[in-house]
Amino acid sequence: MKDFCAAQRAMRNIRKAAMQRGVVAVLDIGTWKVACLILRFDGPDLSAEPDGIGAMAGQAQFRVIGAASTCSRGVRFGEIDGMAEAERAIRTALQSAQKMAQQRVDHVIVCFSGAEPRSYGLTGEVEVSDEAVSEQDIACVLAACEMPEFGEAREILHAQPVNFALDHRSGLIDPRGQIGNRLATDLHVLTIEQTAVQNLLYAIKRCDLELAGLASSAYVSGVSALVEDERELGAACIDFGAGTTGISIFLKKHMIYADTVRLGGDHITSDISKGLPVPHAFAERIKTMYGGVVATGVDDREMIEITSETGDWEHDRRTVSRAELIGIIRPRVEEILEEVRDRLLAAGFDQLPSQQIVLTGGGSQLQGLDGLATRILGPQIRVGRPLRVRGLPQAATGPDFSSAIGLCLHAAHPQDEWWDFEMPLERYPARSLKRAFRWVKDNW
Amino acid sequence: MRALRKRLAPSKIARSDPAPSRLAYRLQRLSLTPSFHRFLRLGLPLIAVLGATAWLGSKPELRAEVQARAMDLQAYVQQRPEFTVHMLAVEGASPELINDVREVLPVAFPISSFDLDLDALRAVIAELDAVADVSLRVQAGGVLEASIVERTPALVWQTRTALILLDAEGHRVAPIEARAAHAQLPLVVGPGAKDAVPEALRLLQVAQPVAGRLVALQRIGERRWDVVLTDGQRILLPEDAPVRALARAMAVDGAQELLARDVAALDMRLTERPTLRLRPAAVEALWTMRKVTLDEEAR
Repeated sequence: MKDFCAAQRAMRNIRKAAMQRGVVAVLDIGTWKVACLILRFDGPDLSAEPDGIGAMAGQAQFRVIGAASTCSRGVRFGEIDGMAEAERAIRTALQSAQKMAQQRVDHVIVCFSGAEPRSYGLTGEVEVSDEAVSEQDIACVLAACEMPEFGEAREILHAQPVNFALDHRSGLIDPRGQIGNRLATDLHVLTIEQTAVQNLLYAIKRCDLELAGLASSAYVSGVSALVEDERELGAACIDFGAGTTGISIFLKKHMIYADTVRLGGDHITSDISKGLPVPHAFAERIKTMYGGVVATGVDDREMIEITSETGDWEHDRRTVSRAELIGIIRPRVEEILEEVRDRLLAAGFDQLPSQQIVLTGGGSQLQGLDGLATRILGPQIRVGRPLRVRGLPQAATGPDFSSAIGLCLHAAHPQDEWWDFEMPLERYPARSLKRAFRWVKDNW
Repeated sequence: MRALRKRLAPSKIARSDPAPSRLAYRLQRLSLTPSFHRFLRLGLPLIAVLGATAWLGSKPELRAEVQARAMDLQAYVQQRPEFTVHMLAVEGASPELINDVREVLPVAFPISSFDLDLDALRAVIAELDAVADVSLRVQAGGVLEASIVERTPALVWQTRTALILLDAEGHRVAPIEARAAHAQLPLVVGPGAKDAVPEALRLLQVAQPVAGRLVALQRIGERRWDVVLTDGQRILLPEDAPVRALARAMAVDGAQELLARDVAALDMRLTERPTLRLRPAAVEALWTMRKVTLDEEAR
């Protein structure tokens, strides 16, 4: 765990260096597409109020100068499956984004959806050393959280303090400088599979890039698709991807739970491809053009021509009604939503004060999805588009870019994580301290 | 049955890979690097020029060839009619001086203006006695123009062998044949007179009252002046402050018409004791007068 902290600290330093240079790329490695945005940081926004949020929800300090997305290859379920293919996809996206930006980028912040994220809520409690709570106390209380057994070959992706409590006063955002005796914290830890991260690191390294940060795409799409109130009062963001469906629950502006369902739009496409025997690309096409989840009487009469080039006249000129297509799509969507509902129930989403659910991601563009989701997940449903950021091309403003844009926001304002605080002193190995004392005694 | 549609070749059906090769990717990143741009713009031309120069310099025959070509080109440009100088024009000089300048100038026209060493030519002309100042320039139309300021003669200096014109600073202007040609100029005589010309000119100014009788100023022993008047009369002037002494003599002469009398010389060399030297007839007359006076007293 300490090693991974060191790695995360190193990534934070690289991110700082990238900010200093002013240019950083964000890369969303998805199952359907690889999106790359290049951000230029112009320094702090001078027009912002000193204590307010400022223009563009505080995001005015960066500008997107290059954007490109390419069809993803070598990625399954949000994890890198074929190294060379994935590397080519990353290279393609990065090269065209660099071409648009006319600038070379060396630092990249990556998000991905796979690698089986698991959420853990940890608590820690310490006595406050001084009268008022200092930064050192916060580091101590974070270090005092008891780490559960994560399992073999898993690493921590996010470890965010979500709540502080000081002597029965809970819900503190920033306890520093407050007076009390016992400081307690709730820490949200997200772990992922180690091999997936290692593959990703290797692919990035093969593209001559330096990794300046890692994030879970479920988390970052929640950052961009949820509005401030929803994040404050409690909301879930469902990110319909191609390979996976990400779930993240926010409360009091912090992510408190994240998970993924390993089902997505690709499964719908392969269902269509198998159901009306058509090629995969054609199935994807009719899914996006005619797909839906609620069939009406008109849909029985709306015929979709299925052309192919096998040479068999009968086979090449089939038609299928839209109702049939919906009949293929709907069960799979229901399955995904039920799976999501189970995960939300397991996470205790029904206990939250507000149960807003926001659908985003490429799959959320399916017609009538919100109606179906209302039946399965609950009454408060909306389809969320990502926040608008400066310089973003029109083509990249859809819900399928919400995780890429959320990653931009995350890059500009990263959430405080466990490794952002100094390691408390007693955590250092005692032997090295003793050695240091001995050195001082011998030499002075 | 024949296929109704024209089939594409399989190689064309297979879509080309949109991904850049690793080399293309790296090259693009390199081309977007600012330092690489700087290198292309400054470093590469510099290296190319230096390399070409070093390569040429390393081969003697090539170097000689390049040098010969450069010389040819230089000669070709210098021989162009635009740079040819055809004639010399002298301004501000008397005809004799113009002839002298033409004789003394070591230039054979026509000549390229690149071959003219104007400083050296100017030095040659400035060495002429009658030239006070000269400026040389090549004017449009292939004319070498020399603007000369001539020395104006102020005195005639008679030496043992020759008559020489001097200007106000004592510089030689020209030798002359006869005094008559410059009768209006005063005459100075004696070795060393050339070195004291300013003083002589001041003396001549003071000697205006006797200008009609003035013959010459004579330098004695290269240290003091004598004013020589007609009838061999002389005013002997001291070495120090001769102008004041002459002014005193002129004052005495103006009051008592001393020089109109039968006096051989007025010696002003000792300031506190000016002395008169009388001619023999005057001495006789003086003695006679004294004798008469003595006789009368004796009687």
